[in-house]
Amino acid sequence: MSCSRRDLLKNTFKATLASTLPLSAFKMLSPAQVKASVGDANVRWVFLVDTQKCVGCGLCVKACKNENEVPYDPPITRTWVERYVLMKNGQSHIESPFGGRDGYTDTSIHENEIPADQIAKGFFVSKLCNQCKKPACVQVCPVGATYQTLDGVVLVDRKWCIGCGYCIMACPYGMRFFHPVHKVAEKCTFCYHRIIKGMKTACVQNCPFEARLIGNLKDPNDPVTKIIMNQRVSVLKDEYGTKPQVYYIGLDTNVR
Amino acid sequence: MKNHVLRPLFVVIIGVALLLVVRHFMVPADFGVQEGGNFTYNFHRLSNVEDWKNFKVKYRGREYCQECHEENAASILDSPHEVIQCENCHGPAIDHPDNPETLAIDTSRAQCLRCHTYLPYPTSQRSELPGIDPQDHNPGENCVDCHNPHNPDLENM
Amino acid sequence: MSVENIVAQGGEHLAVHGLEWTTKELFTYPNEFIYWSIQIVMYPYMTGLVAGAFVLSSLYHVFGQQDLKNMARFSLVFSLALLPVAMMPLQFHLQQPLRGINVMFTPHFTSAIAAFGIVFSTYAVIVLSEIWFVYRQFFVDQVNTLKGKEGAKDRIMYYLYIVLTLGAFDTSDEAVAKDKKAVKILAAIGIPIACFLHGYAGFIFGSVKANALWMSPLMPVIFIMSAIVSGIALCMLTYIIIMEWKKWSTIIAKGKGDESVKMLAGAELDVITKTSRYLLGFLVAAITLELLDLIFRGYTAMKSWDILRSVMYGKDFINIFLLQYTLGNLVPFIMLLVPGLTIRRVFFALIFVLFGVFMMRWNVVIGGQAFSLSFAGYMHYHLPIIPHSMETFKEGLFGAMTVAATPFVLFYFINKVTPSLEYK
Repeated sequence: MSCSRRDLLKNTFKATLASTLPLSAFKMLSPAQVKASVGDANVRWVFLVDTQKCVGCGLCVKACKNENEVPYDPPITRTWVERYVLMKNGQSHIESPFGGRDGYTDTSIHENEIPADQIAKGFFVSKLCNQCKKPACVQVCPVGATYQTLDGVVLVDRKWCIGCGYCIMACPYGMRFFHPVHKVAEKCTFCYHRIIKGMKTACVQNCPFEARLIGNLKDPNDPVTKIIMNQRVSVLKDEYGTKPQVYYIGLDTNVR
Repeated sequence: MKNHVLRPLFVVIIGVALLLVVRHFMVPADFGVQEGGNFTYNFHRLSNVEDWKNFKVKYRGREYCQECHEENAASILDSPHEVIQCENCHGPAIDHPDNPETLAIDTSRAQCLRCHTYLPYPTSQRSELPGIDPQDHNPGENCVDCHNPHNPDLENM
Repeated sequence: MSVENIVAQGGEHLAVHGLEWTTKELFTYPNEFIYWSIQIVMYPYMTGLVAGAFVLSSLYHVFGQQDLKNMARFSLVFSLALLPVAMMPLQFHLQQPLRGINVMFTPHFTSAIAAFGIVFSTYAVIVLSEIWFVYRQFFVDQVNTLKGKEGAKDRIMYYLYIVLTLGAFDTSDEAVAKDKKAVKILAAIGIPIACFLHGYAGFIFGSVKANALWMSPLMPVIFIMSAIVSGIALCMLTYIIIMEWKKWSTIIAKGKGDESVKMLAGAELDVITKTSRYLLGFLVAAITLELLDLIFRGYTAMKSWDILRSVMYGKDFINIFLLQYTLGNLVPFIMLLVPGLTIRRVFFALIFVLFGVFMMRWNVVIGGQAFSLSFAGYMHYHLPIIPHSMETFKEGLFGAMTVAATPFVLFYFINKVTPSLEYK
């Protein structure tokens, strides 16, 4: 009696295993399908920010929020512009109210009037997802809801994200946040829907001063690639080993 | 009754089997490691990439505007404001003229001050732009009352 | 989507997660908030209690520490009552609680959290099996006792016990000996798994390289040690409360001078004195590791040390040095060490210990988010007390209290089925 029951159990188990494990859950698409669905492996999207050219108008932030349906008034944002004012006495003033969405239209910072004759350097640095080669945020996602496409962009699956916030914690750049409407992790996508159609990202297109550029690192003739290859550029926080892919011209040690 | 010791194990096995069955129905069929990728960075629902590709484009760019508003595009291209995209002030086109039928133009003072508040910043291009002190220069007035955004230099008006 | 829609989106009341309870100071990145709040403090605290309670019971089953015999059965059942509660804070915290099961469906094993589903279930299975073996004979006895009884409650209990026996009614000496052996094996496997369960809770924090306070290989070990401390403390505390209650009910029933009252009081003090020795040992280990971590950070003084120091010695000084180290560690340490232990003194020492471990979790989780990733600004956490939305309930004082109260409610019910205090 107990023997036959055990056999029954065993068989049930085997049958269940056999019916579930045939990797239907891990079904592979054909290479053509994959290429079509996932983007081209001959492309590696990279970004270039020229801090000398940025004037802090914030039109990039405004465009990004509208383009990507990030609620306009809440303080969260996919990209932002920071203002750095460094004084001759070594003091520094840094701010980014609402991510610089409304531009910088006042000389005072945090309600302190900054005397113009004591300013040593003043500049703007725009930030966006670094689309790291080794993204810490993707590594820590417990369910595979965030991932890197083969052309190097890190995306979030809004239907699979559980909203644990581990990726937000793992990003050294503070790029991620919870989308107030979708209630899942949200981040800059390099406007993936635009760049795969051959358009520029919303922030690049709407920047009047070409302070932001996007390019394909695998194309040696791409103007952005040429600058990255031939000029002195740097990245933010490379000590975390995530290999960020947003390059900067004119960074300063004070940039955080 | 010899092997009653293994009974909890059977319960566990049934539990695992149940989970696998549920998993079979709940996990999207295209979930997996994408070809050419690895488990660490490329494990996901493959069709999600399509979802993102199909996201709606809203800023269409000057070329799109030019198709109908050729004169307006020409006028701004002939001015120092040539670097500014139409949609920065006119708003994202989306599917204009179908949806929305009209665009709301941002003619606010704040919009102009984004660039034209003078900020005395060495090492930034901001200090080289024509700038004003907003407290001093006709405070409270709308810039567009005097300046034409498509031809902003007062002497050329 | 029309322009109106885009604009309208901004106008609606939209809850930005974290905005409610975070205030910012100086320069922080726009998206930075205290994303991991009170429930993530509760999470390692509750898992710690589970692991600690189990380790305590295993000390008897595996290493034959006879002095823990009375404590062992109780702490085993109590660890079962704590088990579902280790998961609760995570459920409360998730932005998409219904999708929590995805962790089991598509575990991404490069994430420490993905291991949670597997390790936690394995551990649950071990605890449940161990309890089954410990109580199997009792289940069979109950089935036999309840067999002929007519009352509705008795019938329900009868069928419940039938199910619980899993059809194994053999209570011969041979079979019972097998049970005992199985308990021993399971308890032995359980210790590393309990440690792993909690060690990787430490790993979840210790492996976040973006966070200067969390990133430390010592983090998992510190978490295990303090977990065992808190688990033992809670078991002792609950044990004291239950024994005192029994003592009082005996006094009311039989009068103060009765022999059984003295026996109860004597037995209680004996168990508590012996268990407190283990508590002291683990407490010393936990404090040593924490201080090592602190000293090492100060000595090596990496880039992040400036801001860490300003948080530890400045903004969080009271939380860390007064509440955690002094009140939570030093005071109970002395209280337990001074000879002539009394139940009352142990009782208060245990409360301080539990509070100290809670503050340690708080200082790790909240303290780790008290400074900006920019190292140029601070964030302050304001625990939501009066809830005015689901979110402020879940991630507020009442959510945390719900989590903290649940194990006791569960224990009340579980103890009805598997009595852990009377049954010999």
